Parts: sequence; C-alpha cells; structure tokens
Amino acid sequence: MSVDAATIRRIARLSRIALPEADVPAMQNEVNAILGFVEQLDEVNVEGVEPMTSVTPMALKMRDDVVTDGEMAARVTKNAPQSEDNYFLVPKVVE
Amino acid sequence: MTDLTNLTLVEAREGLKAKKFTATELTKAHIAAVEAARGLNAYVLETPEVALAQAAASDEKLAKGEGGALEGLPLGIKDLFGTKGVRTTACSKIIGNFVPEYESTVTSQLFRDGAVMLGKLNNDEFAMGSSNETSAFGPVVNPFKPSGWDDAKAKAALSGDKKGLLVPGGSSGGSSAAVAANICLGATATDTGGSIRQPAAFTGTVGIKPTYGRCSRWGIVAFASSLDQAGPIAKTVKDCAALLRSMAGHDPKDSTSVDMPVPDFEAAVGKSVAGKTIGIPKEYRVDGMSAEIEALWAKGAQMLKDAGAKVVDVSLPHTKYALPAYYIVAPAEASSNLARYDGVRYGVREPGKDIIELYEKTRAAGFGREVKRRIMIGTYVLSAGYYDAYYLKAQKIRTLIKKDFEDVYAAGVDAILTPATPSAAFGIAQMAEADPVEMYLNDIFTVTVNMAGLPGLALPGGVDANGLPLGLQLIGRPFDEETLFSLGGVIEDQVGRVSAKRWW
Repeated sequence: MSVDAATIRRIARLSRIALPEADVPAMQNEVNAILGFVEQLDEVNVEGVEPMTSVTPMALKMRDDVVTDGEMAARVTKNAPQSEDNYFLVPKVVE
Repeated sequence: MTDLTNLTLVEAREGLKAKKFTATELTKAHIAAVEAARGLNAYVLETPEVALAQAAASDEKLAKGEGGALEGLPLGIKDLFGTKGVRTTACSKIIGNFVPEYESTVTSQLFRDGAVMLGKLNNDEFAMGSSNETSAFGPVVNPFKPSGWDDAKAKAALSGDKKGLLVPGGSSGGSSAAVAANICLGATATDTGGSIRQPAAFTGTVGIKPTYGRCSRWGIVAFASSLDQAGPIAKTVKDCAALLRSMAGHDPKDSTSVDMPVPDFEAAVGKSVAGKTIGIPKEYRVDGMSAEIEALWAKGAQMLKDAGAKVVDVSLPHTKYALPAYYIVAPAEASSNLARYDGVRYGVREPGKDIIELYEKTRAAGFGREVKRRIMIGTYVLSAGYYDAYYLKAQKIRTLIKKDFEDVYAAGVDAILTPATPSAAFGIAQMAEADPVEMYLNDIFTVTVNMAGLPGLALPGGVDANGLPLGLQLIGRPFDEETLFSLGGVIEDQVGRVSAKRWW
C-alpha cells in the first residue's frame, strides 16, 4: 500500500511536525519505500496468534500506595524554555 | 610508564589495586587522549573537571584499600543517559540545551561502584540510525582507516569533510569509536535494534545487549520502550562482563526491570563450554552474503567445536519478517515517546501564533530528517483504520519470532551463533543517496534479538580482506548472559583483539 501527498500532509499534521510543501514529495517517497518493505508481512499467516504485549513474561510488582516523590516544582520547570513562578508558559489555549 | 590508555579495563583495575599508578594518573592519560582524538568526534561533551574530581575521590578510597568494583576507571557515557547536572541531548537539537536534574539508574550504579566519567558520547539522534550520521553533532569517525589510505590522507580527511573515512556504526557510534580509539576504558551504550552490537562489530570491540529487563531504563532517553536495553561496549569480553555487572539490577523506578540476582558475569569468562549445544540458524544465510562473512561464521563455529561444544543446524523460520515488523513497532513506540518534545517542558522552542503552531514549528526545527520520518511512520501505523493492518499484525509476528527461539531452546540449544552484520564498516556519506531501507538492512542479524527480548553478544571474529573488523554474534536464552560470556571468551582466546593503529 502506498500513500499520496494528502496523506503525508495529514500524518505530518497528526505528528505535529510542520512539513513545508517542498518537502512533501521526498517524504512521500521515503515513507512509501518503508511501507513497501513492510508489505512482505502479508505473507505471514497470523490467524490465532496472540499479539505480544510483554517480551519478558512477568507479573507487575505492586507497591504501597504512598507518595515517594514530588515537591520539586522548581527543578521540574528548570529546563523549560519559558516559565514563571514554577509554571510552564504557553500561548493562550482557552479563550 | 607504558601508555595507560592501552590497558583493558580489567588490567587497569588490577594496576590500580597493585598501586602501579593512581586513578588520577589513569584519568589524566585518558583526558589527554580524548583531547588528541577530537577529530574523531566521539565525544559531544568532555567533562575533565568531573572526571578529575571523581578520580581524586577514588584515589582516597583506593589508598585505604577500599573502593567499588569499578573504582577509578574512566568511562564514556552515551549521550542518551541522563546525567545529573551534565548536558544530555540524545544528540538532537530539540533538547540541545537540556541539563537533567536526575541521574539515570545505570550511570548512578556505575558511579556507586567508583567509575569516572570522561564525558558524553555521540550517537545517532534519539538512537535512530546505524552509522551515527543522524547526530546533530555530525558523524563519528571509525578509528579503522579505509583500505589503502595512509595516515596523511586519513588525517587530511579528518580535518576536512570526513568523506571516505569509515562510520563506526550506530546508534552507539561514539561509544564504539571511543573504545576502539582507547579514549575510554569502556562505554555505556543502548540497543533497540542492534545499536550496541553493530557498532561493536564495525570497530573490533565487544558489546552486549542484555536480556530485556536486565538493566533499568529509568533516566535513559526513550526510543522504543519495549525494545530498548542498555549495555556496555568494551575492549574485551571480560571488560564487558565487569561493566554489565554494575549496570544491571532491579530498579523499582522501571516496572519492566526484573527482580532477580545479578550474577558475577566475569566469573563466566574462561569457564569451559564443553557439552554446550550451539545452533546455527539457516535463515541467517541470506541472499548475497559475502564469502568472507560466510567463512567468518564457519570459523567461529569451528572454534566452539574445538572447545568441546556441539554445533547443530537450527531453523528460525520467521527471521526474515523481523526487520519489517521492527520498522512498524519501533516507529510506533517512538512516535508516542517523542510526543513529549513539544517546546513546552524542556528544550528549544519556536514561537507560534497558537499552541499547535508552536508544537509544529518547534518539532520541525528541532528534529532531524530520520527522526521526523520515523515519527510520521509511527503515527501512520497507529492511526485509525491502519492499527490492525500494521501495528497489531507486527505484534503478532513478534510473538512468532519469539516462539522460533523458544522452540530452538526447548530442543536443547544453549546459544545461537550468527554473523553480527552483513558487511564491514562502510564510508561516511556512502549511503546518503540510498533509500532508508538499505540503511535498515544493517540490522538484519541483530533486530530479531530485540524483538524476542533476548541477550546478544557481538565480538570480533576476524578481519576482512581490507583489514577491517568483522563481528560474530552469540544469542542466548533469556537471562543467560553467562553462557554468552563463556562462549565469547573462547572465541576471543582464538581470535585475539582486533585493534586500530593510532593515526588521528
């Protein structure tokens, strides 16, 4: 299966990556090369096969429901490109 | 005094213990070697002041006869490992200025045991690549020269565009090059589809991807969480074993890290392999495999046979589907993991008129081409209407790949021997015009191991006609890294070390 230019634009949008119109054809070619490569999976009969959910079968460990971390807002926001009073600053989201 | 950077990690450890030299002397020798090797571009950040402070602390402990298993030993740290107070970028522009407030579990355990950090090592951006050419810091140069090049020609290329010089593999190309160039005693690395083993094979070094769950992933920049594992690259099998012992272990902060004892891996090196059964999978004899790789593989099998192991033919029927399935699973997980780089919480930001435009412009400017493409593929295969056809199917194929291995192990096979890569190292920029799938084929022998969560050890098997290293791979049962170290020790005893002569 191959994808058209409109699909490439839609995936870029979903991925939140601005893709200049001039870059669409090259990206389309590369994506189609990969989709063409994975097409060979259609040869495999997967009827009745369980999809893998965990590569190492193990029970998830339980722990006591207590706070183990936190109270470090200044450290959490330290690497933010813009912050104020330990809040992340972004353009207005809600009108 | 002999050049301390020529020592293996174990030799340096013994030398420190015997007080032949101090940790500070050892560290200074490495810092000087790092500076002299800047042209290779293996380090993206040198931390000599950190290293010297750590070495001084180690010397105090060593003087009192104390100290951990890696006390005073200078290492390089892949820039995917979060290091507290030391810039960690995953070699991406998008977090090019990120200074973690935390220490990854793996590095904290290395420091607990006394290791010294020389700096942060180059890698493909977010560990996506097989040649270290996708790094925002530019390519790393393999310490092995192209065939027929004299030192002057190589040096000229090194200070120019580096074209024609060889890649060190990827994504852990800084780690493999630094170990091969003797500018660290060992290095941390990570492996999602072959990123420890392929670079080790390209540089004559030894690398192990442990069983999934052996090392904590906490604090390591995530690529594909169900496949990522940390491991060491080192000069010898024994060095690798020593490093893994410190890196491994259960961590409550990573729910996929297993709670089981960490064996003394080093004790497995030198153990007899008589009576072990080694499988040779016929599906790894791929079309167009070179006679050299074929011969290397046969030679490896013969070495194990000579040591008393039994070599049998086995079949792993779904091998050829591992790479295409990987290129669904890994991008899918990456698209999800990399959603966090949005210009809000860390890293760089490109302003936009609203939050969506801010995201889109930030991610367009911050991510490199390979990373963008993988995020987009991942987004596509997870999108409505395509999930079952791609992602779910790939996860079913993963079950079949794992079952192939389980069947072989249930039949009594202890480990599997394969080539590590389909070829020796190629040239920088040589694959620039190739389509992405050609680059992906580098991982054809290694990716199955990640898909099945198994341990895999890559080590030198010999050299090709041009004198370039070729690697063998040993694949083990889950959590049986010890057998791999024993078998690797046997091969290493016969092959010896494959080292680059210094020219840079």
